[in-house]
Amino acid sequence: MDAFLHVLQRGDLVNLAAATLVASTPLVLAALGGLMCERSGVVNIALEGIMLTSAFVGYAVAFNTHNLTLGVLAAVLAGMAIAGLHAVLSIAFVVDQIVSGTVINILAVGITGVFYRAYIQQAEVRGPGVLPVWKLPGLGDIPIVGPIFFQQAFVTYAALALIVVVHLVLFRTVWGLRTRASGEHPRAAETAGINVYLVRYVNVIASGALAGLGGCYFSLQQVGNFLPGMTGGQGFIALAAMIFGRWTPLGSFLASLLFAGAGALAGRLQIYGVHIPYQVLGMLPYVLTIVVVAGAVGRAVAPAAVGKPYRRS
Amino acid sequence: MDLTVEWGQVHALLGENGAGKSTLMNVVYGLIRADSGEMRFDGAQVQVHSPQDAIGLGIGMVHQHFMLIPPLTVADNVILGQETARAAGVIDGRASRRTVRELSHRYGLQVDPDARVQDLSVGVQQRVEILKALYRGARLLILDEPTSVLTPQETEGLFQIVRGLTAEGSAVIFITHKLGEVMSVADRITVMRRGKVVASTTPAESSPADLARLMVGRPVLLRVDKGPAQPGLPLLQVDELSVLDDRRQLAVDGLSLEVRAGEILGLAGVEGNGQVELVEAIAGLRPTRSGRVTLCDREVTAASPRRRLRAGLGHIPADRHRMGVILELPISDNLVLGDFDRPPFARGIVRLLAQVRDHAAQLIKSFDVRAEGPQQVAGALSGGNQQKVVVARELSNGPRVLMAAQPTRGVDVGSIEFIHRQIVEQRDAGLAVLLVSSELDEVLSLADRVAVIYRGQIAAVLEGDEIDRDRIGLLMAGAKTDEVAATGEGG
Amino acid sequence: MPLVAILLGFVVAGVAVAITGADPIQAYLGLFQGAFTNKHAFTESLIASVPYVFLGLAVATGFRAGLFNIGADGQFYLGALGGVFVGFSIHGLPGVVHIPLAILAGIACGAVYGGLPGFLKARFGAHEVITTIMLNYIAYSLSDYLINRGPLGDPHSSAPKTPFIDPSAQLPIIFADSRLHLGLVLALLAVPLIWFLIERTTIGFRIRAVGLNPEAARSSGISVARTMVLVMAISGGLAGLAGADEVLGVSHFMPPSFSIGYGFDAIAVALLARSNPWGILPAAFLFGAMRNGAGFMQLQTQVSADMISIVQATVIMFVAAPVIVRWLLRLREVPAESLQITQPEGVGAAPKT
Repeated sequence: MDAFLHVLQRGDLVNLAAATLVASTPLVLAALGGLMCERSGVVNIALEGIMLTSAFVGYAVAFNTHNLTLGVLAAVLAGMAIAGLHAVLSIAFVVDQIVSGTVINILAVGITGVFYRAYIQQAEVRGPGVLPVWKLPGLGDIPIVGPIFFQQAFVTYAALALIVVVHLVLFRTVWGLRTRASGEHPRAAETAGINVYLVRYVNVIASGALAGLGGCYFSLQQVGNFLPGMTGGQGFIALAAMIFGRWTPLGSFLASLLFAGAGALAGRLQIYGVHIPYQVLGMLPYVLTIVVVAGAVGRAVAPAAVGKPYRRS
Repeated sequence: MDLTVEWGQVHALLGENGAGKSTLMNVVYGLIRADSGEMRFDGAQVQVHSPQDAIGLGIGMVHQHFMLIPPLTVADNVILGQETARAAGVIDGRASRRTVRELSHRYGLQVDPDARVQDLSVGVQQRVEILKALYRGARLLILDEPTSVLTPQETEGLFQIVRGLTAEGSAVIFITHKLGEVMSVADRITVMRRGKVVASTTPAESSPADLARLMVGRPVLLRVDKGPAQPGLPLLQVDELSVLDDRRQLAVDGLSLEVRAGEILGLAGVEGNGQVELVEAIAGLRPTRSGRVTLCDREVTAASPRRRLRAGLGHIPADRHRMGVILELPISDNLVLGDFDRPPFARGIVRLLAQVRDHAAQLIKSFDVRAEGPQQVAGALSGGNQQKVVVARELSNGPRVLMAAQPTRGVDVGSIEFIHRQIVEQRDAGLAVLLVSSELDEVLSLADRVAVIYRGQIAAVLEGDEIDRDRIGLLMAGAKTDEVAATGEGG
Repeated sequence: MPLVAILLGFVVAGVAVAITGADPIQAYLGLFQGAFTNKHAFTESLIASVPYVFLGLAVATGFRAGLFNIGADGQFYLGALGGVFVGFSIHGLPGVVHIPLAILAGIACGAVYGGLPGFLKARFGAHEVITTIMLNYIAYSLSDYLINRGPLGDPHSSAPKTPFIDPSAQLPIIFADSRLHLGLVLALLAVPLIWFLIERTTIGFRIRAVGLNPEAARSSGISVARTMVLVMAISGGLAGLAGADEVLGVSHFMPPSFSIGYGFDAIAVALLARSNPWGILPAAFLFGAMRNGAGFMQLQTQVSADMISIVQATVIMFVAAPVIVRWLLRLREVPAESLQITQPEGVGAAPKT
């Protein structure tokens, strides 16, 4: 009980909140990507593979150029490229979208493994470091809010901004309307003069950009290094966060906070000597995800045509 | 084939299901490429490769299955594809709502731009479709089977809208297979059969009987030969049944009915009044909220589909491809879908495939299924033959109650006659038949009694002389029984 | 067609290797040597193929019911845990009793762990792709908890591992001077057994009917929910068998981290075999040989063993989209066909039950 009281002390609560926000960064970004993709009608279980690829490419470029900005940029481009493959397979070649996602996930393991061993593992050059924490002038000094929201590194700021951007794009713009139409009833969208293929291509590739940015969080913001398999299933949890968040940006954000918070709290309880085996705590997010998809998700909120390949007749 | 449509006219395109009407119009609208031939619009030769091309020319189409996106608002559905946007692609919501409201007002369509399409009735959804076409500046409007989902009264409302459009100089192509509508709304009529134009005429120059002959290619039996029913004990009873639809709205609302051995009870009604939910609840495919279903004196309200099958229920489902046959499996397997795990088709868990094949060969013969053999996959058969497979299976289980939902939808004339004959034969053999059909003609020609369903309730059950097309039409539209009787006397 | 897909898979992976500056020819030579060139290499390839047979059958059986079991890896862990526990905790049994008991324990653990997502889908509409992936991670944590100084850990060992199983639980060696064990025979028996189950029994008919058209199956009185649970239990049982077979036949103990990513490999095997049980045999042998050869290749040429993941990914891609192959080979234009496995519903969308 003492431990819980410790956690509840104010300073710690702020720390916990800040840690939760940081840890939610890749989840939020991948979930945003996932929902752009699925709102247009394409299932994306490739988020994990996209993030892994981007984590690697971002690191490799930063490592070789000693430029973190270029690293971030490369991660985004790599995410777009590999998501492009998912788009081509599932849209042009009408491959089962889950099979296509599986291809991406396996391919990511292969490519990152092969190139990591060839270029990075044996290299004895100093790494590129991590993205710096920017304390925003003024805002960063506000008590409680400042340390949580305004003393972060680039990828976290970007994630926060993109939640708003994706929300506006999806619900306020022409593109968003067309995206939702393509995901709900592609044939109706086509008869209204919309190029469903184009909408889906763009959204799948955009999801690659978002998840790619999330991927470089691991190598360039969190660790400053690349390790094979370092995304550790976060792409799949992001998918669950998107579902829990009912395919909306704000919902996905809140769900990501919940999942990340469970992890952050687990780590803290450990520090305060709460005797729960760490493996049991480690299971929490996964158990929570199952509970969510099994029970908490309302019925029939998924885009009606998601997962169904569209063919012009 | 050739087709010429003039401005300011309603041009009816008449033909059976599968005659090529919809295909032709999909070519005109750019959804399908033509293999050869040319198209002229306003005298100039045009190429239409996509719906965009068609829209650009001023061609609009209202599809048989609405091309609306249910969770979006009316305004969003109307402007989709031709949105007015401010900077950065942000939709100007106020302007689009205003435009939609104005258009709706001008043509008397009465549609609220902020309503979600999924909350609207079918008739209003159709007006949203028309609005969509008008918003895109359509001068030639193609209506594909527009009345199949409407009440007779809604149909009359649609005709007025159509006349209003042609009065302003637009042209309307009206695709249908209903003769009565053609006679009342069309200025010109083109009859199609098997992808060819077989006649071009006007209502004044022809009669419904002529048109029917042209459409089908031979005189049709408008009535099915059947003797009077000899009803026995009730075998299917539905008491105070309430069922929810997929959106958790009450679709069947305290409905009661009863079907007796040796009679056909026809359930007439406009689609979407709870028929689908009622049929699924009787078949055990949808949970009930309250009420009872009794099958041959056994209560089956909560029983599994399998238990009902064993209790004597045969079910010809409305959507053949979704629920009737498994297209990828051979005919033989499709014919034992309900019985595959019982003797003589299985011993323990091992299937006895020779028996399954023999059984299939027999049924293929007695039900006149045109197939290469028992091992041919069901997907390779024509719609009519697939339906015969379903009918054969459901009747070979030895049912005492047959529930036939839209049994002849999308089926050729020969098969329709065969299936109708089968239904009557089964009635004569003592089965209780519940026939659910949105084709009023089918109900009128087969049923011994007619129950009219409206908003999940039975509006009236008619017998003998009471069975009258106009009366049923009014009941389908929600008129009360006493009102119907009054108009009956007045007219 | 599958042969072309495999060939193209090697070409693509070779190109990737060439980009890293290594010599793909040397890499493939290493792979081939490691897999085939002597008796030892060959029997090791066979040994490595055994789990792929069971796992490939597991995923393929799920596919036939339209279910995508990405959780074979977790079920494999559970099967290994069950097998190793019976193997080391019971003493004094003769082999003919101990071995079947340990194998059945593995099958049962896998079946329960596979049946769970089947139940969650049937009862709550939870998409099996999400739940099985989550259950994989839970299985990793669970086995780490149980083995790493947990109840199944070896108290006499400093390394985290289970005790060794009793000799009476070890699968007998069937080929002198090798590690080739009885599991190969079991694998060869499992293939016709599963083929018979799917093609010739009422259970298999239910599975196929549900996979092809769940609504038609349901309206004919087949319980889709029960079939889903059953098929996932069968699938999980096969994966569990693979896990038990590995501990009883090869390692004789279990470390906390036991799999080498078998789950995704199994998907590749099942897709390559087009879910046909007989096709599983050659596909499993290919993947077993690659896995076996990859270690030798990495030692010899410094090319990462992960290269075979590239081969797998591209093979799946070409098998799933034959159009690409035809297009690459500039064959005559053929109507687009493609492989659709999962029921057309969104991940997370609730099916009607």
